[in-house]
Amino acid sequence: MVYLLFFYFSIVVIGLAYKVISAKNPVHGVLTMLALFFHMAGFYLLLNAEFLAAVQVIVYCGAILVLYLFVLFLVDIKSEVKTGPFIKNGAKLAILSSILLLLTFLRGVKNFSLGPHGHFTIERVQEITHTKAIGQEVFTTYILPFEIAGLILLVAVIGGLALAKREAEGKEG
Amino acid sequence: MVHLSWYMTVSAILFSMGVFGFLTRRNLIMMLLCIELMLNAINLNLVAISHYMEDMRGQVLVFFIIAVAAAEAAIGLGLIVTLFRNVKSVYTEDLTTLKG
Repeated sequence: MVYLLFFYFSIVVIGLAYKVISAKNPVHGVLTMLALFFHMAGFYLLLNAEFLAAVQVIVYCGAILVLYLFVLFLVDIKSEVKTGPFIKNGAKLAILSSILLLLTFLRGVKNFSLGPHGHFTIERVQEITHTKAIGQEVFTTYILPFEIAGLILLVAVIGGLALAKREAEGKEG
Repeated sequence: MVHLSWYMTVSAILFSMGVFGFLTRRNLIMMLLCIELMLNAINLNLVAISHYMEDMRGQVLVFFIIAVAAAEAAIGLGLIVTLFRNVKSVYTEDLTTLKG
């Protein structure tokens, strides 16, 4: 059953990724990405990471993709649909470089060896639930990175406001 | 049990496809979407390794990566909207201001 789910998710994810990078219409690309994010959440469920699956669905599918759709509606879609999706001279080089990158990664995967095991075994995570386990780690060992992540989000909010505000002032003046 | 290297292979394929899309797409929005694809490949890799190492470090890192990806999407799309208002285009071949 786990094998079946794994193969289903991997085939669908790779197929959808191909659809995303080859979609002529950007709206189709974004909506395909939505399905891809749901299947990534399925992968996380397969790996016993329920909290991350929920965060994936809420943040990626609920927030980021809606943002992408809004921006797509703000820019001129008609002119985008007409032009071809790929650079004419350079697609071959891009294929070559990404295949070389893939081969490098696969060589790394072949020679990969796991480090020493931690103390969050599957049984323990299932006993105290994944949300509690990840919360304990975030709020004790990784409290400083957590605060920095909050700062990064604050910078994003202020940056978005500043980008919009400069435009409004330019219109007035 | 599914072997760890299978997850890593799927992640490597996804990342390479993201790189390919980033190099070939001309639409800035689709280029940002390809960056999201690459981030998702990294997240899958981290969650898989963390699960097989029986450790929480990788999953905490994925949590932070998702936060940073949200910030990145907000700022990047804000820049694209500003760019579109000024240049009337979101295509890389129309952004030739530095060419002179």
